[in-house]
Amino acid sequence: MRQLKTFGLFWYDFIVGDDWRLAAGVVGVVAVVFVLAHHRLDVWWLLPLAIPPLLAASLLHATKDGRPPSG
Amino acid sequence: MTRDVILVLASFLACAVEMVEALTIVLAVGVTRGWRSAIAGCAAALTALAVVVAALGPALAVLPISDLRLAIGVLLLIFGLQWLRKAILRSSGYKALHDEEAIYAKQQLEARRAARADSRLDWYTFTVSFKGVFLEGLEVAFIVVTFGGAQHHVGLAAIGAAGAAVVVLVLGALVHRPLSQVPENTMKYAVGVMLTTFGIFWGGEGAGIRWPGSDAALVVLIAYVLVVSAGLVSVLRRRRATLETTPAGA
Repeated sequence: MRQLKTFGLFWYDFIVGDDWRLAAGVVGVVAVVFVLAHHRLDVWWLLPLAIPPLLAASLLHATKDGRPPSG
Repeated sequence: MTRDVILVLASFLACAVEMVEALTIVLAVGVTRGWRSAIAGCAAALTALAVVVAALGPALAVLPISDLRLAIGVLLLIFGLQWLRKAILRSSGYKALHDEEAIYAKQQLEARRAARADSRLDWYTFTVSFKGVFLEGLEVAFIVVTFGGAQHHVGLAAIGAAGAAVVVLVLGALVHRPLSQVPENTMKYAVGVMLTTFGIFWGGEGAGIRWPGSDAALVVLIAYVLVVSAGLVSVLRRRRATLETTPAGA
């Protein structure tokens, strides 16, 4: 059980990394694009437009109060 | 064609930066404790990585391309933004730059301190070398499998990675020192930009959108991600400068 947990934690850290909100945001935006595109809406611009605010929010959170981020 | 060239280039860069890091570890334990076990650990790790790529590559080729692109696009976007986030933090001074000389010195110190067992194979050296190459290589394997898988072209991504492996190994063998002159932080930044770009491109295609200009959109997306990240570096640098000039408690 412990080995399974370690294995899971390794992959979580490997893919998701320091900020889970960034990963959750990506999944959320792609899900919205998926739904809209399958309703025949031409939303190619949505994903590129959504990424900068997600990244900016993550960076601002990491450098809050000027403290160095973990990891 | 455009995406093939960018794919090979991205694999090359990603593999090169990870290889430089792995080489530093292998060199440090090899020079300090002997080459036999260091090379054995390195070879074992490369074999394990080859098995991972050989097993996953063909498996991905049989999956439907649109589902694959959606899954891989999301994974690459998450993974790429993680790289880009670190690169932006490094460039803006919030995170220490990767310093191969310092890592080399630290690894050597630890290698000297570790007890030496009385056997033909030095397990400390073998394990450090294996872990270094395997863990750094896992990122390369991930990139090769996902990049190649999303285009049903693992071979093309593997060519880029193999090319980088040859270049870094030859340079490492020639200089016998960590490759600290390699602009590693800049390369990591470039890889972050490319992973994020491919993540947006394939994630979007997998979700069902059609990019205007087809493959040419990749070039525009690279420029876009580059401009956005440069803007964020600039904002963070100014923010840091302001915080440093503001007295504590003000």
